[in-house]
Amino acid sequence: MVVKRLDGRKADEMRPITAKVGIIPNADGSAMFTFGNTVAIAAVYGPRMLHPQHMQDPKGAVLRVNYDLLSFSVLDRKKPGPSRRSQEISKVTEWALSPALDLKEFPNTVVDVQIYILQANASTRVAGINAASMALAQAGIPMKNLVCGVSVGKLDKDLVIDVNDTEEHFEEGEGATDFATAKLANTDEYTLLQLDGKIQPNLIPQALALADKACAKIYEVQKKALKNVAEGDEK
Amino acid sequence: MKEFDKNEGEYEDFGSEPQSRVIVVPGEVVSSEEDFLPGEGARREGKDIVASRYGLAEKVGRVIKIIPFSGAFIPRRNNVIIGRVSDIVHSGWIVDIDYAQNGFLPLMESPRFVNKGEMDQFLAIGDVVAAKVWSVSPKGIDLAMKGKGLGKLEGGFIFRVNPSRVPRIIGREGSMINLIKVNTGCNITIGQNGWIWVKGNSLDSELKARKAIEFIADKVLVTGLTEKTEKWFGENK
Repeated sequence: MVVKRLDGRKADEMRPITAKVGIIPNADGSAMFTFGNTVAIAAVYGPRMLHPQHMQDPKGAVLRVNYDLLSFSVLDRKKPGPSRRSQEISKVTEWALSPALDLKEFPNTVVDVQIYILQANASTRVAGINAASMALAQAGIPMKNLVCGVSVGKLDKDLVIDVNDTEEHFEEGEGATDFATAKLANTDEYTLLQLDGKIQPNLIPQALALADKACAKIYEVQKKALKNVAEGDEK
Repeated sequence: MKEFDKNEGEYEDFGSEPQSRVIVVPGEVVSSEEDFLPGEGARREGKDIVASRYGLAEKVGRVIKIIPFSGAFIPRRNNVIIGRVSDIVHSGWIVDIDYAQNGFLPLMESPRFVNKGEMDQFLAIGDVVAAKVWSVSPKGIDLAMKGKGLGKLEGGFIFRVNPSRVPRIIGREGSMINLIKVNTGCNITIGQNGWIWVKGNSLDSELKARKAIEFIADKVLVTGLTEKTEKWFGENK
């Protein structure tokens, strides 16, 4: 695979990624994650009281995710408030994160996760998942593993990792394709596979292999960020 | 990954001395040796001991447990907590303890006889109490108030710190909190839920005690914190 991408990246090269933990003092856990120009922040509150009472689950805490693109995060001002798109992404993020969590210990409570996109340049949902998984760890929620997410794109016939905005709308050839994936780190358990566009079935294993490699790198960055907040706050 | 000397750190007294301390993230393998047992915050996967929480992994004897760095307060039996009375019901008081569930303080826990019709004579809505967690069950959290230093808190003020910092503010066998008490002359009660009550002779000494506590709570992983706090008191006379 030798594709020349618009920003000069190789097919299996992500944009520069950064992670920071503990950015919101009032939250029980918080984190920021960036893919190049895509910036996501996440805050975790709880376990705390869940109202209305009929939503409570005696088997364990309820995970409640809210994803939102802030109005200044995109080129044309986005009308603030929930939308069809943000509700869908909140729900899939919830599904992507919940297999990693062990919430049995906290019956009848809720764990709230707020994800805000400060700057959007494609792959926002996976950036949000990466930030949220670090924030949940910092909030002291029992977890099986961290969750790492990355998007795979297709430029005509070639697979590329971590699409940016122009690649997401690359209509030439076979059309725009954006394949968002998330998995439990160091395992083969995928928790999010969301395909927007077209992809040949025989390309899916290749796409997942690409995602796998990228997730390993993301995991290292997440781990480092979590360990730094513990060691590095005394200056 | 940083290995810690067994005498480093200012954490709770765990009975026996810990052998090593390492920062772990959830899902990280702490040890692959067969002869360890998973403690709180850890689990076994095949022959590995894997962390379930983010914190400091500690080997004490054959048990590996994880001490969390941060997160919300989770009540355990015998925790001393500070709470605020939020309601009076027929058989006791409902106490807000900064957790997902309220605590229940039975009428029987009152140190003197309280007439059922006049329960607010003893504890009214909004009053602050120091109590002990008697039991934690899915039905609720029961509190007890019989014991030294427990009861209604009058005068002084309360403020909050992160609950995960509480063991450090208390120090090994209460060394840190005694240092603050001696230096400020204040009466201090620390709840495991992160609520702290300070009462001294003057507002100045109370504020100084609060500043000292916040100074300690600001540090996450600091070795020799007692000496640093002594120095802080020297600088802030």
